[in-house]
Amino acid sequence: MKPARMLIATAFMAATGIALAQESKVQLKDAPGRDKAMQCVACHSADYIPMNSRFLDRAGWNAEVNKMINAFGAPIAKEDVPAIVEYLVQNYGKPAGD
Amino acid sequence: MKQHDRTDSSRRRLMAALGGAGALAAFGPARVFAAQIGSTGALGLAELPDGTLAEQLLYALPGKVPLIKKTYRPPNFETPIQYLRSVITPNNAFFVRYHLAGIPVVKLAEWKLNIGGDSAERQISFTLAELRKTFKPAEITAVCQCSGNRRGLFEPHVAGVEWGVGAMGNAVWRGIRLKDLLSHAGVKSGAVEAVLNGADHPPLEKTPDFVKSVPIEVALDENTLIAFEMNGRPLPHWNGFPARLIVPGWTGTYWVKHLTNINLVSKPEANFWMSAAYRIPRGMFKTPSFKTQVASANEPITTMVVNSLITSLRAGEQVRAGKPVEIKGIAWDSGSGIDRVEISLDGGGTWRPSRLGRDHGRFSFREFSMSVPTREKGALVVMARAVARSGEMQVEKLIHNPAGYHHNVIQRLFVEVV
Repeated sequence: MKPARMLIATAFMAATGIALAQESKVQLKDAPGRDKAMQCVACHSADYIPMNSRFLDRAGWNAEVNKMINAFGAPIAKEDVPAIVEYLVQNYGKPAGD
Repeated sequence: MKQHDRTDSSRRRLMAALGGAGALAAFGPARVFAAQIGSTGALGLAELPDGTLAEQLLYALPGKVPLIKKTYRPPNFETPIQYLRSVITPNNAFFVRYHLAGIPVVKLAEWKLNIGGDSAERQISFTLAELRKTFKPAEITAVCQCSGNRRGLFEPHVAGVEWGVGAMGNAVWRGIRLKDLLSHAGVKSGAVEAVLNGADHPPLEKTPDFVKSVPIEVALDENTLIAFEMNGRPLPHWNGFPARLIVPGWTGTYWVKHLTNINLVSKPEANFWMSAAYRIPRGMFKTPSFKTQVASANEPITTMVVNSLITSLRAGEQVRAGKPVEIKGIAWDSGSGIDRVEISLDGGGTWRPSRLGRDHGRFSFREFSMSVPTREKGALVVMARAVARSGEMQVEKLIHNPAGYHHNVIQRLFVEVV
């Protein structure tokens, strides 16, 4: 996560007073693309991602990311989408052969 | 993360063992399931996704007992099964469901309920004290169930909050009738829907605020309430303090919390939460249509489907031969009321009616029970299916739909008589 985005997320949580301390215990897998995927936590806790694993394929994760941008207005740059989807597919996607 | 992977692969091995020829003998694994928080496999139902099981834990929100945490922000917390063993779900164990993370703590001194819209004769506004003084009290016992309750049991799995069986509860709701309030404002003849908004809000300006509508005839139904109290206490913060809509028989999405605005409108509400979310394929279920919101391919979810839950047994539980197996649980539907809950002990070949508990009204959970004597040692398959007074019955096979709604597949529990 870029410092600027981190600041926005932190400021938002502080303003609404609804962030639970335990939320910080949810750790996304450390792998390439994690920093980009951490933009998701501006609006929701990271546990949404492991909760939805591992059953979505690439099309499934792509649809979820695009839903967040198009339906929910997530301020995620278009050029970040492939890296986020790749991170989700590799770490939280349907295992090959399943 | 190694831990994660071990859990995944060992779980897959267990699933394979259970699915194989030795399924009936695999009670060891079943007890492993039982130890996992919120496992639905342990209840004789399809299992939640691996990632859901690994991620969820028990956590107490302020004012609540530890509930099954699905997500922290927005908070989505499920009621553990032990609190579904009573016909009324305690306030501090009632499930919590939010879409958006902006959840203000509403101060009663600043709260008002505003009624308006192009189909209202007058714009009016009330404090809680004024609402209580102006309108006759009304009370109803009704099930509040999230549309996506049991979504996690869908196979193949679908994206969303991966609920087990506890995104539901039954409470005595007390407040006023919505129709009394709307009549006071004056309902113009062209009104088609009542649009409801609460004090909770999106994290970003661009995110659609959670606003829902109900058909005007539902808004004017005598059972549709604005509740201030739940089980004789003010609504808990997490369940909509100080006022929420109660739409008996309809799924929880319409039960708007922290209610602040009700608009009578002559045109259907078209925001994301009505036009895109909470939709089922047209004609897939026999539930009533929300006529002003029907699109070519889909339509909004409306009322609940008939369902039941055995709460007294765990899959793989051991019972001493000669002692009875006590089968207990709850059943509910969209409001025709429960006609009967039938039990099968032979894999669905024959069904016998259980004993129904006290009737708390047609929108309430209805308890059922049966005491089954045991003689021979071995596996016993316990199944329960609820039948509503409307004739609707639980299904044998999942009716799969993209958003994961209306799971009411018959439960199938293996008990070991030893």
